[in-house]
Amino acid sequence: MAQFSFAFPKPGTKKLLVGATLGAALAIPALLAGLLVFLVPMVNKPLLDAFIREKLGHVPATWVGTQWVYAAALFLAGIAMFTFAAITGGIFSWYERRVAARIQSRIGPNRVGVAGFLQWIADAVKLLFKEDLVPGEADAMLFRAAPYFVVAGMTLVLVALPAGQAIVVADLDVGIFYILAVTSFIVVGILLSGWSSNSKWSLFGAIRATAQVVSYEVPAGLAILVPVLMAGTLSTQGLIRAQGGWPWEWFFFRNPAAAVAFFILFISQLAEGNRTPFDLAEAESELVAGYFSEYSGFRFALYFLVEWANLWIIGAVATTLFLGGWQIPGVSAQTWASVRGAGSFPAFGWWALQFVSLGIFAVKTLFLVNVVIWIRWTLPRIRIDQMMNLCWKYLVPAGFAAMLFTLVWQMVATWAPIVEKITALVVFAATVWVTWRFLQQTRKNVSLIAHERVDLSNW
Amino acid sequence: MRTPKKLLAWTVGSAAVIGVVGILSARLSPAMAAGGARPLAGPFTIADAIFWGVAALTVGGAAAVALSRNIVYSALGLLAALLGVAGLYVFLSADFVAVAQVMIYIGGVLILVLFAIMLTNRIGEVNISNASMGWASGGLLSAVMLALVLVVAFEVPWNVRPSGGNPTTAPIGHALLQQWLLPFELASLILLCTLIGAIIIARKEIRAE
Repeated sequence: MAQFSFAFPKPGTKKLLVGATLGAALAIPALLAGLLVFLVPMVNKPLLDAFIREKLGHVPATWVGTQWVYAAALFLAGIAMFTFAAITGGIFSWYERRVAARIQSRIGPNRVGVAGFLQWIADAVKLLFKEDLVPGEADAMLFRAAPYFVVAGMTLVLVALPAGQAIVVADLDVGIFYILAVTSFIVVGILLSGWSSNSKWSLFGAIRATAQVVSYEVPAGLAILVPVLMAGTLSTQGLIRAQGGWPWEWFFFRNPAAAVAFFILFISQLAEGNRTPFDLAEAESELVAGYFSEYSGFRFALYFLVEWANLWIIGAVATTLFLGGWQIPGVSAQTWASVRGAGSFPAFGWWALQFVSLGIFAVKTLFLVNVVIWIRWTLPRIRIDQMMNLCWKYLVPAGFAAMLFTLVWQMVATWAPIVEKITALVVFAATVWVTWRFLQQTRKNVSLIAHERVDLSNW
Repeated sequence: MRTPKKLLAWTVGSAAVIGVVGILSARLSPAMAAGGARPLAGPFTIADAIFWGVAALTVGGAAAVALSRNIVYSALGLLAALLGVAGLYVFLSADFVAVAQVMIYIGGVLILVLFAIMLTNRIGEVNISNASMGWASGGLLSAVMLALVLVVAFEVPWNVRPSGGNPTTAPIGHALLQQWLLPFELASLILLCTLIGAIIIARKEIRAE
C-alpha cells in the first residue's frame, strides 16, 4: 500500500498569504461560473423581452429602445466571454507549468502565492510593462495587426461554444460548422505574423503551422461529421440535446465508429492547437519560437493567451460532440421545462440546475484539458514527415471509414434500437475495465519507483 | 502608336458599351422610379448601421485588392471583402451559405493565396504584365458591369422569404440529395478529377532504369 505524504500549505507559510491564495483559488472559479450564468439572460431573447415588458414597462416590438437593450446585452455578453477566456487561459498557464514541473521532477513556479497560484497574474503584469518591440526590417502595420487575427479566431469560436443548458452566446443552427470556419482566422494571423516579422525562423514556423492546421482540418471535419450524422443537426446545443446524461447515452459509447472518431478529432485538435507532439511550428531547438519569435510584451502575451484559452476550446468541443456535454444524469428536457415554471422569468430551481449543468460540462472539459497537458509533457515531438503521414495516410482514411460505418449504423439503430443500447453498455463496461486496469498499473508503478512512498509535499 | 485596327476596335467597343448601358438604363428607369422591391425609408436602426459597416468593409476590401501596391495588403483586402460578403449573407438570413463562405474562401482560398505569397520574394515590386488594358478600357467594362448589376438588382423578381432566423441547412440538404442529386454528384466527380489531376501534376517523375 503506497503512502502519500502531503503537506499543504508548507509549514511556516504566512497565514495571510494562505488565506489570500485560497480565497483567490475559490473565488475565481466561482466568479467564472457566475459570469457564464450571467450570460443566460443577456443572450436569451424571450428573457430580454420579458425584462423590457415587465421591468421597463414598454412593448418590446414597438419600443425604440429595444434595439439598444439588445445591443447593450450583447456587448456585456461579449465582455463576459472574453473575460472568461482570459482568466481560464491564465489559470491554465500556471497549472500547466506546475504539472510540467512535477512530471520533470522540478518544482515549478512556487513564489507568488501558495503553490505559485498567483504566478499568472504576475506574469501578465510583467508582460504588459515590457517594451512592445517592432523589428526594424519588419512590416510594422501587419506585425502589429497579426496577433489580433489570432485572438479574433479564438474569441469567435466562443460564440457558438456551449457551457450549460442555456449557457451559450448564440445557439447557431450551423454551430459546429461555424466553429470549424472561424478557426481559419488563427491561420491567417499566424501566416501574417510569420511573414511580417521578416525573420527566417518566423517564416518557417508560420509555413509549418499553416501546413499542419490546413491538413488536420480534413480529419477533424470528417470526425465531426460522425456525431452530426447521429444527431441530425449542426447546432452545438442540438448535438448535446441528442445525447443523454448517463455515459451510455453519450455518442462516444453509442457507436463504435464514434469512439474512433473521438480519437481522430482529439489528435487533430492537438495538431490544430500546435500542442506537443505536434508543436513543430514552435520547435525551440530548430526555430527559436516559430512564428512569434520576434514578438515581445503585450503582443507576445496575446499569443500565449490564445494558446491556453485554446485548451478550454479543445476540451469543450470534444465534450460537446462526444461526451454528452452539460446533460445531467436523470434530468430530461421535460424536467428542465417543469423546473423553469410558466412565468416570464425562470424559477430559482432552474438557475440552480444551470449551475449544475455548467459544473458537469466543466468537469468533463477539465478532464480533457488534463489529458492534453499530460500528453504534452509525456510524448516527444514528431518529425514533419511523420506528422503528414499520420494525417493523410491514417487519420483521413480512418475518418472516411468511421463516417461510412456511421451511415450504416444509423440505419441499423433505427431498425433495431436495442443494438445501439447493447453496444453502448458493452463499450462503456469495456472502458471502465480499461480505466481500472490502467489505475492499478499506475499504482503498481508508483509504489515500485517511490518505495511505497509518494511525496506530494512540493505542491 | 495607334494602328487603324486598334482604333477600330476601340470605336466598336465604346459604341457597344454605350449601347448596352443605354438599353439597360432604359429598362431600369421605371423600376428605379418605382423605388425597387422594398421601400428604403424608415428609422435608422442599429441593424442598418451594421449593414452599412459590412457593406463598407466589402467595398473597401475590394478597393484595397485592386489599388494596393503590396500584394500582401491586397490579400488582406481580399480577406475584408470576403468577410463582408459573408456578413451580407447573414443579413439575407442565409446562415449556411455565410459560414460556407468563411470556411471555403477564407479558410481555403485565401490561406492558399497567402501561402503562395509567403514563398514568393520581391513582393513590393509590381510588374503590370498586361499593358493593353488601361484605365479607359477598365472604365468601359465597369460601366457595363454596373448597369448589368443594377438591372439584375431591380428587375429580377426575387424570391423574398420572411426575414428572421429561419434555418436553411435542412432545406439545402434535402434539395441537394433529392431534387438536385445528379448535378451534385457530377460536381463531386469534377472535384475528384481535379484532385487526381493535381496529384499527377505534383508527383515526381520516376524513370525506369
